[in-house]
Amino acid sequence: MISAARAMVKCLENEGISVVFGYPGAAICPFYDELARSKIKHVLVRHEANGGHAASGYARMTNKPAVCIATSGPGATNLLTAIATAYADSVPLICITGQVSTDSIGCDVFQEVDITGAAEPFVKHSYLIKDAAQLPRIFKEAFYIAGTGRKGPVLIDVPQDVQTALIDFEYPETVTMRTYKPTVKGNPMQIKKICEALEQSKKPLICAGGGIFLAGAEDELRAFVEKSGIPAVSTMMGLSLFPSKHPLYQGMLGMHGVRSANYAVNSCDTLIIAGARVGDRAVRSPISLADGKKIIHIDIDPAEIGKNIPVDIPLVGDCKAILSEMTEKISTVDYSGWIEELSAVKNAEPEGEETEGYINPKMFMKKLSNALPDNVVCVADVGQNQIWACNNFEIRSGGRFLTTGGMGTMGYSIPCGIGAKLAAPDREVVVVCGDGSFQMEMMELATMMQEKIAVKIVIMRNKRLGMVRELQTKMYNDVQIAVHLDGDPDFVALAKAYGIEAERVSTMADAEEKIARLASSDKPYLLECNVYKLESTL
Amino acid sequence: MKHTISILVENKAGVLSRISGLFSRRGFNIDSLAVGVTENPEVSRITIVADGDDHTAQQLEKQLNKLVDTMKVKTLDDNELIERELRLIKVSAYPAQRSEILTICDVMGARIIDMTPSTLTIEICDSQANLERFNNMIEGYRIKELVRTGVIAIQKGSVTIK
Repeated sequence: MISAARAMVKCLENEGISVVFGYPGAAICPFYDELARSKIKHVLVRHEANGGHAASGYARMTNKPAVCIATSGPGATNLLTAIATAYADSVPLICITGQVSTDSIGCDVFQEVDITGAAEPFVKHSYLIKDAAQLPRIFKEAFYIAGTGRKGPVLIDVPQDVQTALIDFEYPETVTMRTYKPTVKGNPMQIKKICEALEQSKKPLICAGGGIFLAGAEDELRAFVEKSGIPAVSTMMGLSLFPSKHPLYQGMLGMHGVRSANYAVNSCDTLIIAGARVGDRAVRSPISLADGKKIIHIDIDPAEIGKNIPVDIPLVGDCKAILSEMTEKISTVDYSGWIEELSAVKNAEPEGEETEGYINPKMFMKKLSNALPDNVVCVADVGQNQIWACNNFEIRSGGRFLTTGGMGTMGYSIPCGIGAKLAAPDREVVVVCGDGSFQMEMMELATMMQEKIAVKIVIMRNKRLGMVRELQTKMYNDVQIAVHLDGDPDFVALAKAYGIEAERVSTMADAEEKIARLASSDKPYLLECNVYKLESTL
Repeated sequence: MKHTISILVENKAGVLSRISGLFSRRGFNIDSLAVGVTENPEVSRITIVADGDDHTAQQLEKQLNKLVDTMKVKTLDDNELIERELRLIKVSAYPAQRSEILTICDVMGARIIDMTPSTLTIEICDSQANLERFNNMIEGYRIKELVRTGVIAIQKGSVTIK
């Protein structure tokens, strides 16, 4: 017999987990004590939410569930934002929290909180383990649930006395669940219907979302687009499915998207939405958009189909299998007139202007991407910096773009970058954030130094919460309140205090040289960019 | 529009709160909710009557299906179901009124299950339509207390939800 805490570690080992992100506390100590005897690497983050975001970055790079850990009470509640963020972006996480002993549950003891209750609205599933003997089965199920169907976070709350209980350990080989059976195979009749609809269409368009990454269907998508000749746009979560300069790719759609993508979405006659949920930032008025168009929606989650947009041909299933079947069935149609129409719009995108004493963030993003390897991972935070990166950081073949499109959680980028770098240590990881978001995550500079994680950070510093400032300017008569970041420290000096090399850049003339130094460093690096306070998002 | 939804779920702690939480979270209004263990002790059946248009009902069914504890969700067709609700009603009844109330109960298939010099306690188990009729008859008397189980429903004929 072994302790359930030991069993927890063995479960993780059985799932092939080699890195976990966490922050200990009394209620999770039995587990940590066993973790000390394991080969699993523990990354001590400086805030529990960042542990969740780091696991998210790791999970998105590996496309497998990643693990974060927090203690009971405040540790667990700090984790909530990361859980909700992962839920909105369908990222597979296993969130392990310590809980007070079973006999104390409900007594409001020290560091007690009902975390399964609190997290209920935004977990895929959760467990409060009361019987230690069930622990191996629960872990097996949790990994299965998190990583299949529409992926998402699963919370496992383990009381302290359960962790110390002795159990017979055997890790189940298979999962037997009466209730949970995700649909994967697409209905062949519907696939046939879709192919027929596309062949009749004059102006078809694909809108690809983050679900394509989750399905591991990047290659299948590109093969389909290339064989069929159908142009594509992506959602924010679908960025980097196509290289920016792919001839059939029109860019990111939506409120903060590019004109060429929105033009394409509005002008097409048949729209295939694949692995995307038609969120409000992508499509503001889905009902009017659907008017006069044939809408085809492919998603693994049946509840997404018909939720936001009326659908002519629904198809539930895994995008990987569906797209490869569609590629086989589709015939190549000449859409050259349609492509030319789109290219004319795409090539008319204007270049930005420079402001004296500041860098132009849009031009800067292009230069930054050019200086980094093709397979760079770019992580954008939330706000103006995110949109600048989305629309101007040039993705080349093999590159990856990560951001939180669903929840829009500020402070996501650095921890996500840490997780991504650990998952792909051979790839360059560059984080783009603002001075607002940076100050929600800057404690993780310590984690980077402690674990020698060479993430490169670019801060777009405009001394403003720029996106809210812009909103106030446009919608609130330019009454600017609570958007001034006048207390900003000297970020270069701050980075140096952590032992991180850092520089400041204030003109585009200097940008190339300073970006080159960032790109050539093999250590953590921070570049502070002076951005004009009234710089616009688009 | 009213929808009667039958949900088979794992008979486990926390399941009911997941289901009811989903209703409030997605903005669906519950008119009534009844839950109990089925012929299989590991399975509970929840019957919910909810208000909303067809799109809402369809979404609700899909969202309920997504819960890991959910085995089966079925929106029952109004013409294909038999529904019952049990009500216990305590009414003021002085001796002069008793016989009137007893007649109503007798005609409507209700039973008197308790009696004091000033009250009668009535039990009635029937369809919503008949309960409404009974209510119209009895509401002229002073109702002191009304307790309802919420609707439970089963399909007509030999079909079952498994």
